[in-house]
Amino acid sequence: MAQARSRSSRIWLGFAEHATGIIASLLFLAPIVWTVLSAFKPAGEARLPPLPPWPTTGFSVENYATLNTFGDGLWLPAQNSLYVSLMTVVLSVIVGVLAGYGFSRFRFPCKDLLFVVILSTIMIPFQSILTPIFLVLTKIGLHNTLTGLVCVYVTLQLPFSIFMMRNAFDAVPREIEEAARMDGANNVTMLLKVMLPLVWPGIVTIALFAFLGAWNEFLAALVLMTDQSKFTLPIMMTALQSGRFGAIDWGAVQAGVTVMMVPCLILFLLLQRFYIRGLMAGAIK
Amino acid sequence: MTTIAATTAAPARRRKLVGAGRRQWIGLLYVAPAVALVTVFFIIPLGMTAWMSLHNWPLMGAHSFIGLDNYWAILRDNRFWNALRFTGYYTVIVTIAIFAVAFPLALFIERPRQLTGFYRTSFFMPAVVGFASASLLWSWLLNVDSGLFSPAAFQLGLTEKKVNLLATFQPAFWSIIAMVVWKVAGFTMIILMTGLQSIPSDLQEAAMIDGAGPFARFRAITLPLMRRTLALALILSVAGSVLAFDQFYIILRGGPRNQTMTAVYWIFNQSFVSFKLGYGAALSMILLVILVALSLVQLWLLRKPEGVD
Repeated sequence: MAQARSRSSRIWLGFAEHATGIIASLLFLAPIVWTVLSAFKPAGEARLPPLPPWPTTGFSVENYATLNTFGDGLWLPAQNSLYVSLMTVVLSVIVGVLAGYGFSRFRFPCKDLLFVVILSTIMIPFQSILTPIFLVLTKIGLHNTLTGLVCVYVTLQLPFSIFMMRNAFDAVPREIEEAARMDGANNVTMLLKVMLPLVWPGIVTIALFAFLGAWNEFLAALVLMTDQSKFTLPIMMTALQSGRFGAIDWGAVQAGVTVMMVPCLILFLLLQRFYIRGLMAGAIK
Repeated sequence: MTTIAATTAAPARRRKLVGAGRRQWIGLLYVAPAVALVTVFFIIPLGMTAWMSLHNWPLMGAHSFIGLDNYWAILRDNRFWNALRFTGYYTVIVTIAIFAVAFPLALFIERPRQLTGFYRTSFFMPAVVGFASASLLWSWLLNVDSGLFSPAAFQLGLTEKKVNLLATFQPAFWSIIAMVVWKVAGFTMIILMTGLQSIPSDLQEAAMIDGAGPFARFRAITLPLMRRTLALALILSVAGSVLAFDQFYIILRGGPRNQTMTAVYWIFNQSFVSFKLGYGAALSMILLVILVALSLVQLWLLRKPEGVD
């Protein structure tokens, strides 16, 4: 009797827990789902409140077509965002791997000082040095170029990239390296052939963070990219949403936000464990 | 004999030393690109900020040294102090709100049960969306005519007419809080979860056998053992909030009536709208000092417990 009651109360508790979990999940997912669905409404319907969120008068990609008529269209800023993000990934990985290897496996003058200086840049908000960055970029001829923006993003990613990669290299046993050296491997083959296959989870993690960081960054792009043809997606969409291209078309905003969100969500869903790894590494430090 | 041995041994030893030394110096080559980037795009700009803050520095034309005049001007700049006060107010409220949501979520997903993976991923999804995307999204949801909240409340009969949530301070401010909590809570949840998982489960079980209830266990075991994780989550939230810009720029443009102007927003306006670069640099120095002070508090809070390594 008592046993039966405790069992039924346990089932009831489990039900309540899952009900809470599902309602909370829906609350967190709703704004994303609402936007992605609403973006597929026909242009006329997009001006009305999104109730219900899905298209009621037929599925349409009109909003994406409309978005493409503003300013330089959708494709150019999307291309700019993609270029900046991918270049940030490539350079962050190259510079991060090299520096992580250097800090992990070599002793050289000022090593600890350099490591501490690079890591401590994380304490200083880049928001406070944007004006001089603007002047430096002008001085070296990278003013208003996507390459200049990439340089800034790579620098902002460096403390994390280097910290992650140094830890990854530190975790590789010295014996593996010594065996390879016996076989006559020099530093470069050592790094490429022996080390890289062992530290690739770290590389995926820093690549993921570099992509998301660059793709989503707003303030630096807003300040440094003054030419409309160099706008990244967040800047272009904010210009549209502020009415810079005439009356605000909320359907186009939904379409633009969808384009901005979907790559991040897909990458996260595919590479979730690498993302959580990166967070843990930061948290446990 | 001995001299011959010495002369043959010495070059060999020196060559080995040189070889090892050279190999070590190569390390500098590996870190050189990183050092170059940090120098050009961080250290030099940092020095320039300090230098520029002592100048009257317009965008066009010559700049002139004016000593500490920019800093004296800041003392009389009421709008900056208002922005700083608002930033502080926002930081306190949003941090409390984030923790109030993230802590229960962390406790909820920490225990393995069916669907935990799904819950965890759902709660975390908004965190990978950028602040700019999230702000654009919510600026639509909050719009009075084409958005979701006001028309829905009106249609449900909760309000007599569509209320513009962004027209007055209180609803606008709390809308931003809701948006930030939605976006950030999942992130804080994961950080807190790592702390919860690091608590040995036999401690909890021992306490349970001793008859400690869930609240007693939470207070006596969970909270003290999570001190460093809590401190980390707290500092990340505070530092992020002090630097808030995107959501106030995109959703509210600092309004209504400039009441939601944050510190970074004011610096942005002075530097890149009014083009008072020297003055903006001096304001940046103040912000920088505040953030470095916060980082030092962080290092203190994150110190290893005494006697434990």
